[in-house]
Amino acid sequence: MISSTIGIWNYWIVFCLMMIGLFLVIGRKNFLKKIVGLAIFQTSVFLLYITFGKIKGGTPPILNESIDTIYSNPLPHVLILTAIVVGVATTALGLSLVLRINSEYGSIEEDDVSAQDLVDYHDDIETGKNFDFKFKK
Amino acid sequence: MISELLINAFLVTIMLSIAIALIKTRTVIFTVILTSAYSLVAALMFITLDAVDVAFTEASVGAGISTILFLAAMAYLPKKEEKSISSEFIPALSCVILGGILIWCSFDLPEIGQLTAPIHQHIAPEYIKGSKEDIGIPNIVTSVLASYRGYDTFGETIVVFTAGVAVLALLEKKNTTKKNKSQPKQKIKKNA
Repeated sequence: MISSTIGIWNYWIVFCLMMIGLFLVIGRKNFLKKIVGLAIFQTSVFLLYITFGKIKGGTPPILNESIDTIYSNPLPHVLILTAIVVGVATTALGLSLVLRINSEYGSIEEDDVSAQDLVDYHDDIETGKNFDFKFKK
Repeated sequence: MISELLINAFLVTIMLSIAIALIKTRTVIFTVILTSAYSLVAALMFITLDAVDVAFTEASVGAGISTILFLAAMAYLPKKEEKSISSEFIPALSCVILGGILIWCSFDLPEIGQLTAPIHQHIAPEYIKGSKEDIGIPNIVTSVLASYRGYDTFGETIVVFTAGVAVLALLEKKNTTKKNKSQPKQKIKKNA
C-alpha cells in the first residue's frame, strides 16, 4: 500500500493543483481571476501528461550514440508543446473578451454584470420595447 | 533517488503554495506575478520529468508571453478584486468532491516511471527507432512534431490564427484607447 502510494503520489499533487484551478474558475466572480484559474488548470493538465511520459532512469528524448539508452516517451511532450501554444491563444482571447466586457459594463465582476443585465431586462418588459430579449446595451 | 525525491517535493511544495496564495490574494498585480511564477516552477518540474522541449516552451511562452498579455490587459482593468456577495461554499465543496473522485481513480493508474505502462508500448518506440533513419534528426520531439504529426501542428497554427482574428475582431472598436491593446495580441501570431 505504501509503496504504491509513493508511486502515484505525484498524480495527487497534480489533481490538487487542478482542483485549485477549477475552484478559481467556478468559485471566483472576477473574470480576470477566472482566466488565471484556466491557466493554472491548463498547466496542471500539462504536468499530468508529462508525468505519464516519464520513465524511471530514462533520459530526455534526444538520441545519443549508445544503444541501450532508455528515452522518456516523446509523444506526450509533442502533444503538450502544441497545447501550450494553443493555451496562450485561449488566454489572449479570454482577456480580450474581458476587456470588451469592461468597456461595455464598466466592471469585470460577474455580480455587477448580471445585475445590469437583469435591470435592462426588466426595463424592457416595462416599456414593452425590445421584448425579444437580446440583451442589447 | 533520494535527491530526485527531494527536488520533486521542493518544487511541488512551491507550486502548491503559489496556487493557495492565488486563492488568497485579491490584488490583480499579485495574481499576474504569481501566475508567471507558477509557470516557471512548472517549467522546472518539466525538466525533472525529462521534458526539456516542453520546459523551454513553457518558460518562454507560458511564463513570458502570457504574463505580457496579462499585464497589457491589466492596464485597462480595475486593480482590485471585489469580494463576492454569494457564498463560495458550493464551488469549493464540488471541487473537493471531484478531487476526491480523481484521487480515488488514480489507484488504477500505472505507477509513475514504469516501463511496462501501456503508454510506452504502443507507438512511441517506433518514433524513437524511426527518428534517426526516417528523418535524421537526433531530437525525437522535433521529428514527431514536424514530420510524424505535422498535421497536428498545422491544425494548431489554424487555431492560433483563428484566435488572433477573433481577438482583433473583439478589440477593433471605435474606442481609440483599445487600438494600443491589439498590438501585444498580434505578437502571439508571430511567435506561435
